[in-house]
Amino acid sequence: MNEPPAKVQFDNLEQQHDASRLGMWLFLATEFLFFGVLFMAFAVHHLLHPQAFASAVKQTNLLCGSINAALLLTSGLTMALGVTAIQNGRSRACVNWVSLTLILGLVFLAVKGAEYAGDISKGLVPGRHFAMNGEPAAQIFFWLYWLMTGLHAIHLIVGIVMLAAIAWMTKQGRFSARYATPVELAGIYWGFVDLIWIFLYPLLYLIGRVK
Amino acid sequence: MNQGKHILSARSCVAVWIGLMAGFVLTLLLSRTHWGGYYTAAALAIAALQGLAVMAYYMHARVSSRLTWLFAASGIYWLAILFILGLADYLSRGWLK
Repeated sequence: MNEPPAKVQFDNLEQQHDASRLGMWLFLATEFLFFGVLFMAFAVHHLLHPQAFASAVKQTNLLCGSINAALLLTSGLTMALGVTAIQNGRSRACVNWVSLTLILGLVFLAVKGAEYAGDISKGLVPGRHFAMNGEPAAQIFFWLYWLMTGLHAIHLIVGIVMLAAIAWMTKQGRFSARYATPVELAGIYWGFVDLIWIFLYPLLYLIGRVK
Repeated sequence: MNQGKHILSARSCVAVWIGLMAGFVLTLLLSRTHWGGYYTAAALAIAALQGLAVMAYYMHARVSSRLTWLFAASGIYWLAILFILGLADYLSRGWLK
């Protein structure tokens, strides 16, 4: 297996790998803030309108949200196993695990799509035809619901495209135990997508249901 | 710098997954309680622990260089500034008549 030599600005592959990982974390630090402002808006409006938020949470589809939480947590595992596999030089196993992760991501999107269709038919889209007219602040919740889940879904779609490329390149024999950096970086990104849902799930589906 | 050589074992990947799923089920079960506002705190605390586990293991922070830790922590640090100063503003409005 021919591995690419380190780029000219690096002493060796090890240093190049550390720099790549650092770059991904730098990007994710900005992503924390990107999503952070939405979580901040959620916190502020939840504190200002606790009743409206509680009623709004009861309207979201708990079953879909929970299935998706389990799917995404499991996809985190399959992706981590894929990274471990390539780092141990098992590229065939890596392709399988990454493909499984990709499928779990697609199932997540399908469930989310079905959930969105239900939300739309229930009139949960803010605007003139919003169903919960008795609770004006519930519109704020649903603005945030659509924005946060939509933005998360966009990140997931980017992740799926990335995983498809990674699976293809691994199949082509581009990665090995010595050079697996892109696989690992895709895994770090996928972990971030997982991380966001871990926080979205209780906030959007559960907090208003408690008595 | 040989930290890139550290590989997460399949066994620890699965152990982390079991912990994450346990947190997920616990969050779901606790929503059936009568905890009121305490539930939000409990759910976010569980989410924070799950988030740390994902960052440490699935995002390989644990086997990354200290410099990477600094970058990851800086994201959380700036987030803390946003939340602490932002909420200090919103929560204290109305304290002075």
